[in-house]
Amino acid sequence: MSTDCHITIQGLTKTFGANTVLNAIDLALEPGERVAIIGPSGTGKSTLLRCLNFLDRPDAGLITIGDHRVDAAHASRAEILALRRRTGFVFQNYALFANKTARQNITEGLITVRGWSRDRAEERADQVLASIGLTDKADSYPASLSGGQQQRVGIGRAMAMDADLLLFDEPTSALDPEWVGEVLDLIRQVADGRQTMLIVTHEMQFAREIADRVIFMEGGRIVEQGPPAQIFDAPQDDRTRAFLRRVTGNG
Amino acid sequence: MRGLDVDYMIGLVPIILGYVPKTLAMASVAMVLALILAVLLAIVRVLKLPVVDQAVALFISFFRGTPLLVQLFLFYYGLPQLLPTLSKIDGVTAAIIGLTLHFSAYMAESIRAAIMGVDRSQWEASESIGMTRAQMLRRIILPQAARIAAPTLMNYYIDVIKSTSLAFTLGVTEMMGAAQKEAAGSFLYLEAFLVVAVIYWLLVEAFSFLQRRLETRMNRAFAR
Repeated sequence: MSTDCHITIQGLTKTFGANTVLNAIDLALEPGERVAIIGPSGTGKSTLLRCLNFLDRPDAGLITIGDHRVDAAHASRAEILALRRRTGFVFQNYALFANKTARQNITEGLITVRGWSRDRAEERADQVLASIGLTDKADSYPASLSGGQQQRVGIGRAMAMDADLLLFDEPTSALDPEWVGEVLDLIRQVADGRQTMLIVTHEMQFAREIADRVIFMEGGRIVEQGPPAQIFDAPQDDRTRAFLRRVTGNG
Repeated sequence: MRGLDVDYMIGLVPIILGYVPKTLAMASVAMVLALILAVLLAIVRVLKLPVVDQAVALFISFFRGTPLLVQLFLFYYGLPQLLPTLSKIDGVTAAIIGLTLHFSAYMAESIRAAIMGVDRSQWEASESIGMTRAQMLRRIILPQAARIAAPTLMNYYIDVIKSTSLAFTLGVTEMMGAAQKEAAGSFLYLEAFLVVAVIYWLLVEAFSFLQRRLETRMNRAFAR
């Protein structure tokens, strides 16, 4: 569970060819801490999240979640699986299992990965479906759900696994404007439960509202970080100021 | 020019029809075995398993690159000279082995393409919750690839049915073999082969009809 699990990332580095996307990132999260990552496109925000889940394999760095430590350069398959089982990932494009209903999307990991019985997993899935407000869609396939509903199931799937760390990769960027609100409301609800989370987002107002800490990234590095009020109202670095001016259209 | 001996043809129909079960049984057994083998071959190719991948590529290249008839002769007449224990193999078994290997090579490529056609997000979502590669394939990727590959695979089954006719060259009396025997006795080659051709044709048409029904049903399940 997330209540007493410290997370540290040391020297996390990822290159694609000659391009260094993550440049020795250091980051520590307190249990229950909610951290928002902002910054221009292509500066490694999503790659940071993807590396923490080994969707992209980092070249170097140490990732420690509670008592589980992975040395990225020498990570074995078993260590990677164990890390993934302690981190939940919410995708920009939802990435629901297309051949599974909403309920099966949630039970899948519990049964296949956690080894739960079907009954226990379905009971848990029904709790999750109730909390994401989709009880009536339990037996619907993703193709028949709206973008907002799909993303809520995506969040539910990650929630159900009781991960120590939830990673949200631009969870509202692919949504039609009409569905953004309901998804942000759900993430707010998850955040209120003091779930440790890293969220990459372009919703500045939302980041200010839910985050304990905001990180501004550019060029594969953490440029500046601090409480939302400091980052948004009194940014220290010129690059942060320039970025915020662009996205908020004033300043 | 002479007219067709229609009475002879009508008399021949039940005789040839009597061999339909044998033809379908051979085709079905070969199809099931080929499908199992093809899935395994496709997985090896998709995961690019070292060494095995090259061996599989060679296997596929050979069985796609040589005629089925040559392969059947190689198994039935050729291999027993190398391995005498194989001389006990009867024509039906040899034909089934040949059809299996031949069509598994083709189907492996279709299944591989279907697996590659499954959206990348499906792999990533499976990875993100900590599934092993075997779990991903079994639970998420293969069921979706099956939908993509199904129409092509059903066409291969039609191909397998027609290809069983080559088994008569190994001394197997199936539909074609029966027609050949009848014709050799009566010298009415045109009539005999016309009857067997029409029966193959109707068989394939019946199966195509079932195939269309099945596809409509499958597409209802979870449209994407």
